[in-house]
Amino acid sequence: MTGALKDATAIVGIGETRFARQLAEPEKTLACRAVLAALDDAGISPAEVDAFASYTMEETDEVEVAKAIGAGDVTFFSKVGYGGGGSCATVAHLAAAVATGQATVGVAWRSRKRGSGPRPWTNTAVQLPTPAQWTRPHGLLRPADEIGMLARRYMHEYGATRDHLFNVALACRNRANQNPAAIMYERPLTREMYMTSRWISEPLCLFDNCLETDGALACVVVGAERARDCRRPPVYVHSAAQGLPAQHHGMVNYWNDDPLTGPAWTAARHLWKRADFGPDDVDVAQIYDAFTALVPLSLEGYGFCGRGEGAAFTEGGALEIGGRLPLNTGGGGLSEAYVHGFNLITEGVKQLRGTSTAQVPGAATCLVTAGEGVPTSALLLRS
Amino acid sequence: MLEPVTDEDGAPFWAYAARGELRVQGCARCGELRFPPRPCCPHCQSFDDEWRLMSGRGRVWSYVVPHPPLLPAYAALAPRYNVAVVELADAPRIRLVGNVVAAPGAPIDSVDPARLRIGAPVRVSFDGALPRWVPERS
Repeated sequence: MTGALKDATAIVGIGETRFARQLAEPEKTLACRAVLAALDDAGISPAEVDAFASYTMEETDEVEVAKAIGAGDVTFFSKVGYGGGGSCATVAHLAAAVATGQATVGVAWRSRKRGSGPRPWTNTAVQLPTPAQWTRPHGLLRPADEIGMLARRYMHEYGATRDHLFNVALACRNRANQNPAAIMYERPLTREMYMTSRWISEPLCLFDNCLETDGALACVVVGAERARDCRRPPVYVHSAAQGLPAQHHGMVNYWNDDPLTGPAWTAARHLWKRADFGPDDVDVAQIYDAFTALVPLSLEGYGFCGRGEGAAFTEGGALEIGGRLPLNTGGGGLSEAYVHGFNLITEGVKQLRGTSTAQVPGAATCLVTAGEGVPTSALLLRS
Repeated sequence: MLEPVTDEDGAPFWAYAARGELRVQGCARCGELRFPPRPCCPHCQSFDDEWRLMSGRGRVWSYVVPHPPLLPAYAALAPRYNVAVVELADAPRIRLVGNVVAAPGAPIDSVDPARLRIGAPVRVSFDGALPRWVPERS
C-alpha cells in the first residue's frame, strides 16, 4: 500500500468568504458560503458531495452543512482535533477516503468568528483538568504564554533574537500588503513598529501574534481522474501526514524529553518518506504561524535546515519572494487572517494554480503545515 | 486567582502539596518518574505507582512575563508577575510550571522580571497547595 495516496487525489476547488475583524453573518451561513464557493470554483454540483471533513472545534457540523447546501447521501465524515493542528488533516482524511473508494467528492471547511466571538482561554467557569491544573493557577493562561515559554528557551539555547522573529512577521506582512483580501493589506510593518510594540507575553510582542478573524474557507477534493475534467487545473495531494509525538502534551510540550522538537518533526518524517522530492525541492511554503516563533521551529522540523538553525534561516530575505523559501504568500495567520490555518491551504492551491497575489514564478511544489505545538498535520501539494 | 481543578490522576500531587511536600508520581515496578500523573507507566505499563518525595531544588528552564489582556486577577498583577518552567534537580526531565517569588509566602509579582535568568537555581516553597519557587544563592 506504500504510496497509495500519492497524487491519487487533487484539490479542485477553493472558496473563501471575506476576512474581517467582525462579519455580520453567523458561522453556519459563512460555512455554507465558503463550501458553495469552493464547489462552484470546481464546477461540481453540491448534490455530488458525499464526504465532509472539518475540525472538532468547528461549530457547524456536517449534518447542517450537508442539509443546507443540498448534498446527496454522505458516506464519509470526519473531524480532526487539536485546533489549528487539524487543518491539513481534514484534506488528508478526504484524500484517504476518496483514494480508497469510500467517497467521490469531499469538502473540507472551517468557519470561525474569533474576531468578534469569545476566546476559549477567557473561560473561567470551565477548566479542563488536564493540563490546566498544572498551568492556569500560576497565571499561564493563553496560548501566547505557552508558546512564549518555548520561544524564550529556544532563543536562549540557540541565540535566536527578536530580529529573527521580526523577519517572520515582516515576510507575512509584506505578502499581505500584496493581497487585497488580507486584513493587513496596505498596512506596512517596520522594524521600529515591531521593536516598540506592546508585549503580549514577553518575549512575544503584538506582532508575534496572529490576527483574531471572522471568516470561512473550504476546498474540494476528488480523485485524480475526475480532477482532469474540472474547471481549474488540479492541485495534487502528493503526500500527507499527521503527527502526535511520543510523550507529547498539547501546547505545553514542556513535559517531553526535548520540548523543542515538537509535532512537526513527527509529521515531517512520515511526509517526506512518502514523497518523490525533499525539502530542497519545495518552491513555496505555507507554515502555520499563529505565533512567529513557531516558524523557525517548523523550518527545523520539516528539514529545511538543521536543529537550532531555524532562526538563522530567516536571515537575508530567505522568506521573501525571490528568497530561498518564500513563506505564507497570502500573508498567513499573522497578516492575512487567522482561521485556524485553513487559509494556508487555499493559498497553497493558488500558488500551484499560478494565481496568488504574490506569485512565486513557476511554483510547482508547496508545503502546507498545520498548528505546531499541538498534534499536527501537513500536506505536500504539487501541480 | 484560579484554583487547581484536579483530576483523579493529579489529586495526590495536590494533596501532598497541601501538606508542604513536593512529590512526583513514579512507577512502583521500574522506578521511572512521570509527569503529569497518569494511570500507568509508559515504560513498563505497570499500574502500580508511588509518590516520591523530591528535594525541592530546581532550575529555571524558561519563563514568560504575561501582559494584558488577561483574566482580571492576573491583569491586576501584570506585567510584574512571571510564570516559569522549573526543571527538578532530582529529575531534570520533570518540569513544573510555577512562579518565582522573592521569599516563601511572597506574592507572584514580588520578583522584578528583569532579574530572572534561565538556569537560575530555585527552591520550592508552598502557598497553600500551590508550589512556588524561591531563588537560591548560587
